[in-house]
Amino acid sequence: MLKTEKKKILIVDDDADYLFQLKVAVQDMGFDVITAETQKEAESIYEKMRPDLAILDLMMESQDTGFILCHKIKGKYPDVPIIIASAVTAETGMLFDVNTLEDQEWIKADLFLDKGIRMDQLHKEINKLLKI
Amino acid sequence: MGKLKLLVVDDEPGIRSGVSRILENYTVSYPFMDEDFEFDVVVAETGEEALEILTGSKLDIVLLDNKLPGIQGIEVLEFINEQKMDVVVVMITSYASLDLAVKATRQGAYDFVPKPFTPKELRASIETITKQLFLRRMTQKLNVEGRQVRFQFLSVLSHELKSPLNAIEGYLRLMQDKKYGDSLHEYMEMIDRSLFRVQAMRNLILDMLDFTRIESGKKSRKLEPIYLCEVVQQCIDAFQPFSIQKDVDVYLNCSEKISIQADRQEMEIIINNLISNAIKYNKQGGRVDVNLKRDGSRLILSVEDTGIGMKKEDTEKLFEDFVRIKSEHTKHISGSGLGLSIIRKLLDLYDADISVESEPGEGSCFTVMFKLTEDV
Repeated sequence: MLKTEKKKILIVDDDADYLFQLKVAVQDMGFDVITAETQKEAESIYEKMRPDLAILDLMMESQDTGFILCHKIKGKYPDVPIIIASAVTAETGMLFDVNTLEDQEWIKADLFLDKGIRMDQLHKEINKLLKI
Repeated sequence: MGKLKLLVVDDEPGIRSGVSRILENYTVSYPFMDEDFEFDVVVAETGEEALEILTGSKLDIVLLDNKLPGIQGIEVLEFINEQKMDVVVVMITSYASLDLAVKATRQGAYDFVPKPFTPKELRASIETITKQLFLRRMTQKLNVEGRQVRFQFLSVLSHELKSPLNAIEGYLRLMQDKKYGDSLHEYMEMIDRSLFRVQAMRNLILDMLDFTRIESGKKSRKLEPIYLCEVVQQCIDAFQPFSIQKDVDVYLNCSEKISIQADRQEMEIIINNLISNAIKYNKQGGRVDVNLKRDGSRLILSVEDTGIGMKKEDTEKLFEDFVRIKSEHTKHISGSGLGLSIIRKLLDLYDADISVESEPGEGSCFTVMFKLTEDV
């Protein structure tokens, strides 16, 4: 039997409930999941565990923690795919995500997701980014 | 590489071509600027021509001779100011009298370059101006962001309201899918967490109602003499079930009857929020002291607790909207992050100050100072 190593996914969210639920869902997709609740924790875990992909919440300690974290990680590991998840979306008419090209270049996230996304969709997006 | 558009207005052809040549391959860089700047030079022979260029295109810097054949440089400067253009103006002139200097500076000219100038002098001047322009634009950008605060507030609000919904929905789906089997027992923690999030959301909505009423200024106010001791006592009584549940004793220390001209409901919101925080962030067996005293023409209300306290850097951002200090201790305490910013907004109406002293693990003390008016 072919034995492949499971891909590691880092999920960062300060909402303990959502973090737990996302962890369960992503584990069910067949990935190893590491979690962090703060930017600092995420940074140190990143160094130690070197995940294959990261899903970051946008608003944590401050309103743009996700952006900053993404910027930092991408600066060091440009090849690691990053998904930024946000509960604030176009649906509420309050998209303060990334509108301009300039911002996109600065932030460099591979994907911006609504937190209300269905898990099968998320699974597809992860597979796409990991080229599975 | 950023590009700054520079207009030279001078009737002497030598100056026009000189400036173009000197700035042709010149760049300005600073460690704090994201990018270097180079210059795109446009020229005008007369003030009239300058006005035409200024109207038709977006410029950053204007090098302006005052003595021109038609309208004078100072009039071009006036035009720039009237139109509120985001342009830095530098006067170039050999006729720089004190009079003109004063007038031009009052009109907003940033600098003078005496004519004739060496390439080095011009570059030095342009370097300073570029820096000035950069800082000015940064400041403007921040001001615009200030105006966006309200928009941002709504974004954060939507985040704060959607997060509990997402969390609760997530738990319900796990239950619907019977992820952990058929026994309801397995889901008890999820049910508890969901109820906790529902409660937090309810508190947020209640706080929001107070908040928007203050913000919109629509809350009808009725100022009358209020005995704060009474209000505090009523608040303490109202919180009794909560303080018993948290095993915290609340004391009122008030030696004299002091009245203050105030809106009763506003005072209740302020005191309720302070007492509720002092109980909520306390330790088991802890105490809360509410002190009221007169100090000359001031009325001092302080709420002291023996709770978890916080670090100094945390106390600084405490009064902003939606700020909650996140730590191991506060993780399981629900709060909207609006209480203290509501207090602060209300206190602004009374020209009153609030300050906080805190020691991690020891407790916090919030002090409010009201000014007592003479005739009350």
